[in-house]
Amino acid sequence: MFELIVAGFMFVALIFYAVSAGADFGGGMWDLLATGPRADAQRNAIDKAIAPIWEANHVWLILVIVILFTGFPRAFAAMMTALNIPFTLMLIGIVLRGAAFTFRKYDVQSQDVQHRWSTLFGAASFFTPFIQGVALGALSAGKIRIVDGRLATGFFAGWLTPFALACGLFALALFAFLAATYLTADPSTARDVQNDFRLRALWSGSALAPIAFVVFITSKEGAPAMYHGLTQWWAPLLIGTTLCFAIAALTGLWLHRFALARIAAMAEVTLILGGWSLSQYPNLVTPDITIFKDAAPEITLRLLTYALVAGAVVLFPSLFFLFRIFKGKEN
Amino acid sequence: MGMSLAFHIVFATLGIGLPVLMAISEGLFLRSRRPVFLELSKRWSRGAAILFAVGAVSGTVLSFELGLLWPGFMEKAGAIIGMPFSLEGFAFFTEAIFLGLYLMGWNRLPPFVHWLCGVLVAVSGILSVIFVVMANSWMNSPAGFKIVDGKVNDIDPLGAMLNPAASHEVVHMTLAAFVATGFAVAAIHAFFLLRDRTNVFHRNALGIALTLACISIPLQMVSGDFSARSVAKLQPAKLAAMEAVYYTQTGAPLQIGGIPDDESRTTRYALTIPRGLSLLSTHNPNGKVIGLEQFPRNDWPNVRLVHWAFDLMVGSGTALFMLSIAVGWFAWKQRGVPDGKWLLRALVAAGPLGFLGIEAGWVVTELGRQPWIIYGVMRTKEAVTPMSKIAIPFLVFTLLYVFLSVIVIYLLRRQFMKTEAPVSELLTNDV
Repeated sequence: MFELIVAGFMFVALIFYAVSAGADFGGGMWDLLATGPRADAQRNAIDKAIAPIWEANHVWLILVIVILFTGFPRAFAAMMTALNIPFTLMLIGIVLRGAAFTFRKYDVQSQDVQHRWSTLFGAASFFTPFIQGVALGALSAGKIRIVDGRLATGFFAGWLTPFALACGLFALALFAFLAATYLTADPSTARDVQNDFRLRALWSGSALAPIAFVVFITSKEGAPAMYHGLTQWWAPLLIGTTLCFAIAALTGLWLHRFALARIAAMAEVTLILGGWSLSQYPNLVTPDITIFKDAAPEITLRLLTYALVAGAVVLFPSLFFLFRIFKGKEN
Repeated sequence: MGMSLAFHIVFATLGIGLPVLMAISEGLFLRSRRPVFLELSKRWSRGAAILFAVGAVSGTVLSFELGLLWPGFMEKAGAIIGMPFSLEGFAFFTEAIFLGLYLMGWNRLPPFVHWLCGVLVAVSGILSVIFVVMANSWMNSPAGFKIVDGKVNDIDPLGAMLNPAASHEVVHMTLAAFVATGFAVAAIHAFFLLRDRTNVFHRNALGIALTLACISIPLQMVSGDFSARSVAKLQPAKLAAMEAVYYTQTGAPLQIGGIPDDESRTTRYALTIPRGLSLLSTHNPNGKVIGLEQFPRNDWPNVRLVHWAFDLMVGSGTALFMLSIAVGWFAWKQRGVPDGKWLLRALVAAGPLGFLGIEAGWVVTELGRQPWIIYGVMRTKEAVTPMSKIAIPFLVFTLLYVFLSVIVIYLLRRQFMKTEAPVSELLTNDV
């Protein structure tokens, strides 16, 4: 029972990472793609929206990892061995991005230098979530095999497939959409810039549908277990609900109801990740590593659950406070 | 991994020390309303922000690196020792949240709440050290599990967290963070004060930094003694290597420096103090000290490096301790922040010593544990990733950290250079 609770916490942390840090990545993408007469104003809006919260948002990833290696050490060892290369690439992206952002902020120099850092920041913001999508895709691909506790398929299995690459692309589009939607609703965004982001959100949000379709098609070959999951009885229900939220988000954007669009976009991301994990439940690394078989001993899981509950009691009020101060109504 | 940690330990140390300074300074401002303290806490908070941003990134890299480089270790150890890491995750989280509030909230929060956020940053930082060092100390004194037929059994995560080495390592590292940050920050402000003795900003900064450093260093000496005696009990091979003791003896002399030679099992050219080692490690001049000959040759750490690193750590600690006595004496004589030319010069020179001590101490504890990754349980080479070209990932991570360090040094330097700019307008209405 405790393995499910711990896995649940891990899943929740992953969702929080996606809806918060994911949007920060998206912000970096729009920073790189800032165009038109208001390009600098767009960059400013992005910077203002991200600056106070990106470090906190980023910690969700660390939390996912520590829960994973405490609660499911074998899964952690398997993932980190099989996906050594993509994860290392992802870390390089994270380092470059953090460094670029810090530099841009604390080293006020000529426009030229600033722009160069911005370019690096933007490029890393594309690269990192793409790799994350690829890695998540690889976990459900079923191409990574663990035999007798040892990795049997080498370091390139699973993540260089059309399916995994499509997952990476999907992550990119999703985060870009999320960021643009948030920026329309951010209290510090100016009016004319708000409309720029509204159009961007509408575009990227609409692009999600065809990419999702590609992911689904490639999964037949690339991730048969997941494809099978997505053709279960509950799947139409889930996909239908996700679609409703997607349409609600786009409609909200269209009608300038930005707060509504924000909520709907968050729900959309949550349901997409929910669908992904349901379709491969109870696998952590399809098909050899599962939540039940590869969990830590009961006592560890039980203590970890207590720690997570205690941590959540401290965390959520603090987080609520942070967002109320910076994302609440301007006072 | 070694390289990553060697860099991370510096980021982390400053990341703990600076928030403490910044919170103290803002507290002083709230009490005295003198703008100089407000300006100080703003300046220090910028340093803390840079370090935290880099620390957050470097922490992410480390948490992945555990698996990318040491999957064998994590597979066995994750369930036993993951607890403190999870708790650390939360401590890190609160630190990130309240630092965000602190940095961006100067105009959005009431002053007292703002200060409280700063205090919480400092407290979360200290908690992070406690949890992380707990995990590290477990590698030195593994507890909380049994091994039956090669399988890990009877796991007790709490027992693992509160392993016998935890208390002394935690105290020693936390104090080390205060000492190193205190003296490093003091050195910078002493440098600027040397140029302009009338600068109120640097004078107050020096005062706060020195107070933290000079309170911590005597405590650190006591904690060092306590640590050495614990190591003598828990990891006698490590102590023997630290002190370059090849043969078990009573009334052992203390050997400082010298060249330990594993072949002849002697230490040449060392400065020896008769019975010194027995006195220090057992508090009895005739006490017995276990030598390396008690352990199989392939269980020895690198004696030379461990011994030298140990002497370096103790040496820098002792030097700072002496300096703190001088500071105390002059502060008492002057009834204020001491600003004698030679004392300031000594403080500037001593700036890096705290970090030198930390790095050396880290070498002692990590290399002293070799060839084990989990002392007496798992050898380092059993834990490493099966990646065929093992050098590549190690090289990649080393480069990443070199890159991060260059950035931190560059940015901090620019921040400090800015402090040279006149702050006088701000301070004219000083008391």
